[in-house]
This record gives sequence, C-alpha cells and structure tokens, in this order.
Amino acid sequence: MTSAAPARSRRHRRGPMARRQRLGLLFVAPAVLLVLGMFILPVIVTGVMSFYDWSLLGQRRFVGLANYERLAHDTSFRDSLGFTTVYTVIATAALLVVGMVLASAVRHRRRGVGLLRTAYVVPVVIGFATASYVTLWLLDDRIGIIPDLLRRLGVVDGPVSVFSSFPSALAVVVVLVVWKTVGLTMLLLMTGMQAISKDYYEAAQVDGASRLRTYFKITLPLLRPTIGLVLILTVIGSYLAFDQFFILTQGGPDNSTIPVVYLIYRAGFIDFNLGYSAAMSIALMVILLILTSIQLLLTRTREEA
Amino acid sequence: MTTPTPRRLRRPDWLPAAAFWTVFGLLALLFVAPLGWLLLASVKTSAEFAQTPPTLLPSSPSLENYRRLLDAGLARNVLNSALVTLGTVVAASVVSVLAGYGFARFRFRFRGVLFLIVLSTLMIPFQSIVPSLYVILDDLNLTNSLAGLVLVYTVFAIPFGIFTMRAAFAAVPAAVEEAAIVDGAGPFATLRRVLLPIVAPGVATVALYAFFTAWNEFLAALIFTTRQEQYTLPVVLANLQSGAGGTLNWGVLETGAVVSAVPCVVIFLILQRYYVAGLTGGAVKE
Repeated sequence: MTSAAPARSRRHRRGPMARRQRLGLLFVAPAVLLVLGMFILPVIVTGVMSFYDWSLLGQRRFVGLANYERLAHDTSFRDSLGFTTVYTVIATAALLVVGMVLASAVRHRRRGVGLLRTAYVVPVVIGFATASYVTLWLLDDRIGIIPDLLRRLGVVDGPVSVFSSFPSALAVVVVLVVWKTVGLTMLLLMTGMQAISKDYYEAAQVDGASRLRTYFKITLPLLRPTIGLVLILTVIGSYLAFDQFFILTQGGPDNSTIPVVYLIYRAGFIDFNLGYSAAMSIALMVILLILTSIQLLLTRTREEA
Repeated sequence: MTTPTPRRLRRPDWLPAAAFWTVFGLLALLFVAPLGWLLLASVKTSAEFAQTPPTLLPSSPSLENYRRLLDAGLARNVLNSALVTLGTVVAASVVSVLAGYGFARFRFRFRGVLFLIVLSTLMIPFQSIVPSLYVILDDLNLTNSLAGLVLVYTVFAIPFGIFTMRAAFAAVPAAVEEAAIVDGAGPFATLRRVLLPIVAPGVATVALYAFFTAWNEFLAALIFTTRQEQYTLPVVLANLQSGAGGTLNWGVLETGAVVSAVPCVVIFLILQRYYVAGLTGGAVKE
C-alpha cells in the first residue's frame, strides 16, 4: 500500500484521520448494497406483490386489496394466528422460567459450573431441523426410547402417539424448544445478573434480608432490561417458528398446529399463490413490529419510572 | 416479610453442594443425553436401529448407517452444506469486517442513515420476505444454486456481524491506528496488518454466527432449492423423512442428524469462548 505516500503532506496538514473519511463509504458499500438488494428491495416487492394475483408460475394481475379482504375472512389464517399466539405465550413463559432457574444456578463461580453452562448451551448450536429429527426418533412409538421407557415404568400401557392430540403435540414442541434454546436465554440472563453491582447484595446482607427477598427486591427489578430483551427475542422467535412444526407435527392433528410462517410457505410454494402469501407476510411483519414497539415502550417507561 | 428471618440451624457443608449437583448435574445430563444416545445409535446396524424395543447399547457396532447414507447419495448434500457454509462464513466475515471498520472509524455522508438501513434488517424477519426473495433470486437465476443460498445467508448474518465488528473496532484506541497512518500505511494495510489481529476475537464470533446460520438454515433452503442435487443436509433429511418413493429408513435419517449436529457441537466446544462472548456482549449495556 505505497500508493498513499503522495498524499502524505496534505494529510499531515489536516491531521492524519481527516482526509480518509470519504473512504468509509467504500468500506460499507458491500454491506449496504447487499442489504438494499436482498433485504430492503424484497420488503418493498413483498408489499407490491400483496396487491397482485401473483402466481408462482408467471401470471400476475393487479387485484387491489383483494388479498387483504380474503385475509380478513380467512378462518385458517385466524386460527393459525391464534395458535401461534398460544404457542408464543407458552414457549416464552417456559423459556423465561427455566432460563431464570438455570441462570441463577450457574451465575456464580464454583468448581465445575463451567461444565454445566456448556451442557445447557450445546443444543443451541445444532439446527432446529436436526433437533426435530432427533425428537421424532426418540418419540417414535415403535422404536423410540421414550415410549419404551414410559411403558417399562408403567406410566402408559399400549401405543404412545404424542402427535395425535393437540395438547401433547404442543407439549412436545415446547419441550423441544426449551431444550434447544434455553441455553441462550440462560446466557443472556446470567450476563445481566452478573452486571448487577455487588454493593446491592452486600447492603441486603447487612440488612439481614432473606435470599428470596433479595431475589425479588434486587435481582428481578435490576434485571428488567435484560428480561425485556429476552422477551423480545423469544416472542419474535416463537412467532416465526417453522422447522419444528413442519417436521414434527406437520400441522396436525386436524390442522391445529399450523404457525403463520407455515401458512405463508404453503400459500406461496404449495398453492403457488405468491400474492396471497405476500399479504400474509405483510400482516406478520406488521404484527411483529407492533409487538416489538409495545415491548420496547414497556421496558423503557419502566426504566424511567 | 419485614421481620428478619432467624438464622437457620447449621447444615453440613457438603449438603447444599450435593443437592446442587444432583439437580443441576442430572439436568445437564438430560441436556446432552439425546445427542449422546443418537451418536451411540448411529453405529447400530440398520436392523438393530429398527428393533422393538430399542436396545440400550449397540450390540455389534458398525458403520453401516454411514455407508447407507453415502449409498443414498447424501455425500453430495453434505458437500452442499459444507460449501454453502464455507462461502457464507467467508463472505459474511469479509463484508462485516469492512462495514464494521467503515462505520466505526470513518465519518462520511449518510453514515447514520446507512447504518439505520443495516439495522432495520434486525426488525423485519426474513421469514416474512421469502415470497419476494424467491422471485428476485429467480430473476437473477439464483434459485437452485448454492451461490444463491450463500448470498441469502450472508444477508442473514451481516446485521449481527456489522454490529459486532463495529463495537470491536470502536474499542480499539485511536492511537494504535494513527501510529500506523503516520508511518504511511494506507487504510487497507492498517486494517489488515494492525487492526485485524486486535479484533480477531470479534471476527471469530461473526464467523461462528455465520457458520451456525448457514449450516442449520432450513426454510430458505427448502424454498430456494427444488432439486435433490442442490439440497443442503436439513432439506434432504426432511425429504427422506417424508419417505418420497420408499419407506423411511430411521438409521439413515438419524445418522444424517448426527452428521448435521456433530460439526456444530465440535466447533462450539472448541470456540465456545468467542461464541458466548459475542452473543452476550451486546446484551447488557444498561
């Protein structure tokens, strides 16, 4: 890089950093172009598509708000939205509770605690699809170890088909999701806990506060921003669930476990109706933006209060 | 709850530790057990794999399932996953380093707006743009192509990557850089020789994030590829599961799951320090 040499005197005059600033645009250009082309443009195109009868196989016709009118009266969309919401509430609550318990357990340095942390985080790095195939096998009535174990323990008698009833199918997915992602929740909460100043705890100890009281009066309130972040992440993540339902429940039983993303996929790539798929996408985007804004507002006002 | 609780009777010192390890140690075992059990089962013969009730340990360990996986042509799909992942890791790391450097160290017109555009991608999930992303990729002749997947996954990975790298560059004292500039090094040379070694842990985080994203991604791969030669590992396994044109072979399916899980677990165990630091780094600013 000797080409910079001629400019040296001028650079000295204006300070070494000053002249090079326009170069910054060059450095960020690849990222910005990628995001504009493969993200911002698709968002705009999704909006445009949602006003069209846009078949995957080529024909497209402007239909105005027809897709949205259909959406408003589509009971399967309403059911799916309802199911996704139920799933989100349950999964988020489960993740938060288990995550808090694990984070409280591994936050302090003690011999061997690193091993525990690692064990809880390992499932985070494998894919949801992969984890789903493993679950499918572990739960298979004929060759799975879990039905076999249940039968041996006398908990059940006869065949075990967890995916044939809504509550057990949902329970399986929630357990899978907790197993697969709670390590991340735990890490975030643990980091938040460790950022709380030791002074508070020392003061509480001097005052003779019980552990439980310390937890509710110091740890939880000061952890609010972190809990807020975890909530946003888990709520968004749950609303976007796809892999585990596609592979495990396949929407069943009786179409009772169809998340919204599954519906978007089905409309666009099974029914070949990209316009309607796009309208659902826009609806999902709007819902998530509203949810995120509400959560951001809530955590902010609480912080100031 | 205002009266101070009286001091409890002294418990033996070892009791809390024993209770702690019983509960959380067992839980930890439960967390890794499915993967350990899967790994063990993958070396059962196909016949033993499909046996009712399941056996606890493989009675005569064999690599039969791995051979069948190769026979089923899945080596191609493993290679696809590897290529897509490698491409994404390289592209996402390079783009994130450049942009992180640019955003952290340079003042230029529209810097704020451009950063906001990059950040906005964190607010809108890619799952909701798949219909149009498909149309755009199709227009570019990039459906059914590994390059198309690399492009998409790179865009998934760079918002986090740019965020991480910007913070990493911002943490480097300006004096380090100024010294290099005064010595006559151009910006690229400064970046490569002086700054990159300092921000290497951040690059590791970004590379790991890109790795796990690309290796594990399912929805986009399912939609953007329609021919088995182009499938990545998760998609070909889903096809195997739906049993297109034959009965489900559990041995091959689950051995495929081993092949998709093992690289992630091994890489995580080696580099977990960077991954954990990266994930939690931006989380607690307050």
